[in-house]
Amino acid sequence: MAADAVEVVELVKRYPRSAVNAVDGVSFDVSHGEVFGLLGPNGAGKTTTVGVLTTRVRPTAGAARIGGVDVVRDPVETRRQVAVVPQRSNLDRSISIRDNLVFHAAYHGVPAHEREARADELLEQFGLLDRARERPDFFSGGQSQRVMIARALMHAPQVLFLDEPTTGLDPAARLFVWDRLRGLRDRGVTLVLTTHDMDEAAALSDRVGIMDHGRLLALDTPQALMRSLEGEGTLELRADGPADGPVVDALAALAGVDRVERVQAQAGDDAPSPGATPLQVRLYLSGDPAVLVAPAAVALAEHGLSLVDVKLGAPTLEDVFINLTGRALR
Amino acid sequence: MTAIAIPASQRRAFFAVLYRDLYVTWRELPAFLAQVILQPLFLLFVFGKVLGSLGYTRHGYADLLFPGLLALTAVITAMQTLAFPLVAEFGWTREIEDRLLAPMPTSFVAAEKILFAVLRALVATLVMIPVGILILGSIPWRWSGTPLFVAGLLLGALVGAGFGLVLGTSVQPQRINLLFSLVFTPLLFTGCSQYPWPSLARLRWFQVITAANPMTYVSEALRGALVPRVPHIAPWICLVVLVFAVAGLIAVGLKGFYRRAID
Repeated sequence: MAADAVEVVELVKRYPRSAVNAVDGVSFDVSHGEVFGLLGPNGAGKTTTVGVLTTRVRPTAGAARIGGVDVVRDPVETRRQVAVVPQRSNLDRSISIRDNLVFHAAYHGVPAHEREARADELLEQFGLLDRARERPDFFSGGQSQRVMIARALMHAPQVLFLDEPTTGLDPAARLFVWDRLRGLRDRGVTLVLTTHDMDEAAALSDRVGIMDHGRLLALDTPQALMRSLEGEGTLELRADGPADGPVVDALAALAGVDRVERVQAQAGDDAPSPGATPLQVRLYLSGDPAVLVAPAAVALAEHGLSLVDVKLGAPTLEDVFINLTGRALR
Repeated sequence: MTAIAIPASQRRAFFAVLYRDLYVTWRELPAFLAQVILQPLFLLFVFGKVLGSLGYTRHGYADLLFPGLLALTAVITAMQTLAFPLVAEFGWTREIEDRLLAPMPTSFVAAEKILFAVLRALVATLVMIPVGILILGSIPWRWSGTPLFVAGLLLGALVGAGFGLVLGTSVQPQRINLLFSLVFTPLLFTGCSQYPWPSLARLRWFQVITAANPMTYVSEALRGALVPRVPHIAPWICLVVLVFAVAGLIAVGLKGFYRRAID
């Protein structure tokens, strides 16, 4: 096989009037047909990296190539090879979604008869056929996302870049998009997705690059990354009533517990004071979580609390991230 | 530059984007016509017809007004065609991204915008001719002035497109209303479309101000072409000034376009 689908070598980007590098010496390769996830919090440099690869950001130093084509030296050829699905809709609002697909193909020189056939095929695949004649104005986030993925596929790109493909989508729409992306992977399309969603990265990617502050901290398969925390696990506990320091200290004192973290109230709650909500904690363990359930229940009982919910967990990408950066992703 | 052949695929991408713009215009033809015709139509009607009928303007005023309104239509239409969509496309709809990612140089996307704006301006101006005949009964026309008329019109449309490119890439979306009050209105009334420039000698300070508005030279060039008996700035001066204005505006506009298109 010829050059890798994506090659990034010591890439640096510093925006004018910025004191730090947005991307600070990042290198990675993506092979053909691979699904590559760039994972990191907002501002980690993921979008800038993708911006360079899609010719919208000029790098300060380093090199980036798509299928062997240098993105700085030959942006026109690069644009032929890639397609971009942005986080927010950039659909053409003056024309129908079918025309969005057809015109996109026309920009890319797809012959007229092929454009029509391909548009119908993709609209069908993405469940959009019945709305093909509508303009995208009133489409929901999930629908726009589907249209944009379909549009991106119109010129049969070598590499498809997706920026936060399911951020803000409802669970059904999210599963639909994941499903379609897996379908693309099966057809051999190279996918590069950026996300701050651990589940998304783990569910879709063959390999994940973890980014923070413009640097690539780790790069491996999700399994290998999680295996790097081998022997570690988590135990999530929920008690039937509120509790304070002494209980947490008691849990932390149990053998095999590395640290205890209070689990935040669900987003959207009006942040009730910790004293009012039932105790919910996550224990980070150096051993098997199962053997710690009983001692934890005893510790709670000693403080007059009963265990109402238990979740055993193997390390997740989130744990990997916390391990690498020392802080939670969101 | 002209010696370098443009690959067919890039040409195709360019014309596909142009076709998209024409397609949208065609589907919104009544809106387009209303947008470009109404303003000059009312100006023509009130200043050319109503005031004349009431005896407030001298006989022959309509003749010097008409070329000025053609100039105004050309400049303003080209400017509006470029500026407003561009502010929106870079600001919140981000529609332009799909075109910036088409397989052609970034400058082609800007060039297409300029060409499209010029085309729309030419159509709008030509539509004004039958409208003028309808309202005024007759319009001043000299076949011998046609070359100057065409040159003035083209440069006028390009000046408008240049203004549109500069404004469209420099105005923040939340300031789009200011475009109207701070830019369009002064430009509209200092462009000598309603009065010939030499006659402003009696109002020296205003004459100086109008001399700084490139639209003045469009109005004067068209007057030179259609009603040469009215005192006007020498056509060659108009054309030279306009060529420089076009070059300057497009250079600044392109720079702004690159700044917005590529980080």
